[in-house]
Amino acid sequence: MKDADFQLFPDAASTVASRVDALFWFLTFLTMVLSLLIAGLIVYFSVKYRRSSTADRTPYRADTRLELIWIIGPLPILFYIFFWSATLFFELRRPPADSMQVAVVARQWMWKFQHPSGKREIDVLHVPIHRPVQLTMISQDVIHSFYVPAFRVKQDVLPGRYTTVWFEPDKVGEYHLFCAEYCGTNHSRMVGRIVVMSQADYEAWLSNDTGQPPQVAGMQLFEKFRCASCHGSSPSPRYAGERDGVRGFELSEPGIQRGPPLAGIFGRDIPLVDGRTVTADEAYLRESILRPQAKLVAGFPPIMPSYEGQLSEENILELIAHIKSLQAEGGTPP
Amino acid sequence: MTMVVDEPLAPITAPRAENYLNVDYRVRSWLLTRDHKRIGILYLFGITFFFCIGGASAVLFRLELMTPEGDLFQSETYNRLFTLHGVMMVFFFLIPAIPAVLGNFLVPLMVGARDLAFPLLNLLSWYLFMIAGIVTVWVMLAGGVDTGWTFYTPYSSTYANTYVMATAVAIFINGFSSILTGLNIIVTVHKLRAPGMTWFRLPLFIWSHYATSLIFILGTPVIAVTLLLVALERGLGVGIFDPALGGDPVLFQHLFWFYSHPAVYIMVLPAFGVISELIATFSRNRIYGYRFIAFASLAIAVLGFLVWGHHMFVSGQSTYAGLVFSILSLLIAVPSAIKVFNWTATLYKGRLLFATPLLYALGFIGLFTIGGLTGLFLAATAVDVHVHDTYFVVAHFHYIMVGGTVMAYLGGIHYWWPKITGRMYAESWARFSAILVFVGFNLTFFPQFVLGYLGMPRRYHVYAEEFQMLNVMSSAGASILGVGYLFPICYLIWSLRYGAKAPANPWGATGLEWQTVSPPLTENFAEIPLVTGPPYDHPESALLPDDHE
Amino acid sequence: MSNVGGHIEQFDSPARRSEAVMLGMWVFLATEVLFFGGLFCVYGVYRYEYHDAFRLGSRRLDLWLGTLNTFVLLSSSLTMALAVQAAAAGRSRRTVTFLLATIALGTLFLGIKGAEYLHKYHDGLLPVAGAPFKWEGPHAGGVHLFLSLYVGMTGLHALHMVIGIGLLSIFAWLAGRPRWWALRRDSFDVLGLYWHFVDLVWIFLFPLLYLIDRTP
Repeated sequence: MKDADFQLFPDAASTVASRVDALFWFLTFLTMVLSLLIAGLIVYFSVKYRRSSTADRTPYRADTRLELIWIIGPLPILFYIFFWSATLFFELRRPPADSMQVAVVARQWMWKFQHPSGKREIDVLHVPIHRPVQLTMISQDVIHSFYVPAFRVKQDVLPGRYTTVWFEPDKVGEYHLFCAEYCGTNHSRMVGRIVVMSQADYEAWLSNDTGQPPQVAGMQLFEKFRCASCHGSSPSPRYAGERDGVRGFELSEPGIQRGPPLAGIFGRDIPLVDGRTVTADEAYLRESILRPQAKLVAGFPPIMPSYEGQLSEENILELIAHIKSLQAEGGTPP
Repeated sequence: MTMVVDEPLAPITAPRAENYLNVDYRVRSWLLTRDHKRIGILYLFGITFFFCIGGASAVLFRLELMTPEGDLFQSETYNRLFTLHGVMMVFFFLIPAIPAVLGNFLVPLMVGARDLAFPLLNLLSWYLFMIAGIVTVWVMLAGGVDTGWTFYTPYSSTYANTYVMATAVAIFINGFSSILTGLNIIVTVHKLRAPGMTWFRLPLFIWSHYATSLIFILGTPVIAVTLLLVALERGLGVGIFDPALGGDPVLFQHLFWFYSHPAVYIMVLPAFGVISELIATFSRNRIYGYRFIAFASLAIAVLGFLVWGHHMFVSGQSTYAGLVFSILSLLIAVPSAIKVFNWTATLYKGRLLFATPLLYALGFIGLFTIGGLTGLFLAATAVDVHVHDTYFVVAHFHYIMVGGTVMAYLGGIHYWWPKITGRMYAESWARFSAILVFVGFNLTFFPQFVLGYLGMPRRYHVYAEEFQMLNVMSSAGASILGVGYLFPICYLIWSLRYGAKAPANPWGATGLEWQTVSPPLTENFAEIPLVTGPPYDHPESALLPDDHE
Repeated sequence: MSNVGGHIEQFDSPARRSEAVMLGMWVFLATEVLFFGGLFCVYGVYRYEYHDAFRLGSRRLDLWLGTLNTFVLLSSSLTMALAVQAAAAGRSRRTVTFLLATIALGTLFLGIKGAEYLHKYHDGLLPVAGAPFKWEGPHAGGVHLFLSLYVGMTGLHALHMVIGIGLLSIFAWLAGRPRWWALRRDSFDVLGLYWHFVDLVWIFLFPLLYLIDRTP
């Protein structure tokens, strides 16, 4: 942010910002027109029909058509607003497939970021211009909310569950980051900056003291907690096509593999013991680590212990990054 | 000091020496009364007291907000102040004010009954309200609560180390007070109408209070059970809303807003009822679209239960659920718009007298229109993402609650003051105060729309420097608004002793309450009236009655 | 006319008053539906989320005691209905008899409920403050939540029973006084309504809590 300049309208620094503003201006225009209409009528009637005036007051009957006009009339406008907003809302909620993934852990009263390269930041997030960025966020304690006014994006950050937000900055500069959900004593101090840089500047900044990529840290955790003792690393099983209508595992050595093999698992459909099928996304992986009994995979004994309390949210994100990086033999990379 | 007296429609009977006020001066006769009029006055005392406390906290934090730094209070204190403001204003002022003060006083009079259906329950309702309110004030002073009036979990259920449980219990008790009031009004309207008082001869004040009572009955129990669950979680460590214990914090939000959104209609529907009365009387016209306004009130009560998710668009709620709530929230603008247009149309060919109540009513229409239209911004999901939890929302609801409900409340107090007390108030002072309130209000809250879109979040103790100028404007407006509220307290009390004695019908209004003396007898009417004509049957009304009336 | 102790009669006939009191009770019961409804909603959400845990937890509840209690409560509704009928017929002694029977059955219900809570406490499964929670199976968190809901929902129901029994006792005492009986004996309809409602809540609670998974 530039030196605290007084403004009446916020900067627009993302690809959606100006589109949100367009809807905002339409609604402002509508509000002004209707408010002035009502205010104008009130003033006009007040003057014309004040008690002492001799305006024409010949009796008349109420007209139901007038009622219908102002009942039916607003409907097209309301639907127009709805469809405009809904379309924009879908876009706000659908990150592009090639977004740069950033992990965010929020806690009272700070923001912790990790870039895909592993570089960590606190309260400041550097991003390159013209590149969509998707944040996967979780809180360590209470509900927070990630809010960048200049990008017109906001998303609550919840404990126990990942939420996601994306944006594509299109203007270099520094912009406020605010926590927008009351979270205790220092809620108003849980602020930060998003620094948007040119691609070149970002690369330069990034190469400076990179830190460990999250998947490497994840691999170390995988080894530390001996996950391979059940989930195995070889021989990596192939993924069969459809079996009984469900894509699933084909085990080369059933009985020895104690846990579902993890290579290529991210994004796959997983058959559960109760017949349901779930998609192995971040939420599923996190839940399986912390509460393995919640969604038991068909064909495997329910013996996985819970790692609740032994892993921080950052650790879990690193493990997930590692699991994502595991590729099935001959399969496509995640 | 001018007095506004119009040609009365009903003959003035000379006030008897005995009315509901002077029949018994003992304190006991007030504290054990079953007279709905006295209970209304008891509520008036409570409401005014709690309003002052809520207002004082606002003065304090608006002072803090004059500077971007947290230099007046510590954060802990600031957080307790805005929580105090929200809890007091929402639960102990806005929800009860019009129904419990004006509603209690007027519902039996307007339907032509001698009292509400269950006078003892009415008295109980007042005691529950006072106990809950005093406990809350005491808790706030003894250390306070810092969760915001919305009590979001898991902050409130696990992390806050303030008096969450005590406050939750107090609000729970207050809920019973609301339920009893609503129950009383519903049964009274169904079973105690005077002969000839059909549903479509009822004043719109009654229709709106009936709709409000439906919400009291159906919504309040849900907040009661929700707060009970929060208290259980805090007290017993049960994991209902805390993810660390296996619960879902967003479930709390669903349960909370399932009540708290209809609650805002509890706050505004009675105001609509007051406005209808004021507009009709001071334009000497029938209300345009009476049936439409009546049905719109019911529609708002019903639809109000279907839109709670618009508080949760960015909470982690699914996109599709968000869209359903969005369209319903946009559509609920329609019944409100119906009312605004009908009130404006009532002014057409009227004979307008700009007494204080009408000033408040006209101010209401303008400010409610703005407040309601800014609701469309919030119902539009894509814009809400940006302005949710910012000062834009604060401005929106204050336009409706203060620019709307409080103005309607003040307008109603002034309008029925002669009936309630038997005295006229000082008109010039009253008009001046009304204008002061209007100006102060806009100066306080309009800048907050701008602040919100700029991105200033709610509940911020310290804020970015560039927001200061608008904050200073807002605080300056608040000081004017505060003064504007002090004046009525002064001149209304003054009128009790020195105001001119009021006749039965100083405004030339229609309605059964004006056909009995001011102040009324304890039993309301010497004889229960027989109703033979439509409501708002002003003889010179330019709007002719409908054929079916 | 003083209003302290004195009485302004706002109803123009006893019949009107009865109608109003009845309507008032229906309105009050509507609030109760919403109150319990909120709890049922929480139950529903978590049953969907933790369905295995709920099944496991449900099996640990005392099915026989719960079933017995259901019969006890249904019987008490029968005696209540007979009391109402006796009141309508103007037979005060019969009314009192049936009221006392209802009170007895209601108290029996509470006693059995208390025994159930005691069982759970001894098993280390009662999730109240301070009590140790002993569960060696999977889904401990979900089971804890289920049992918390069990205590919360049946506890709230029991509270309503206690209030009901209190009201019944008062009315049983009043019914014995001829002056009161002459004026107010139509109040029993309303009392019966409340009692049947409390019974009805149990009819919902019982299968939802005790019968989730009773496959042998």
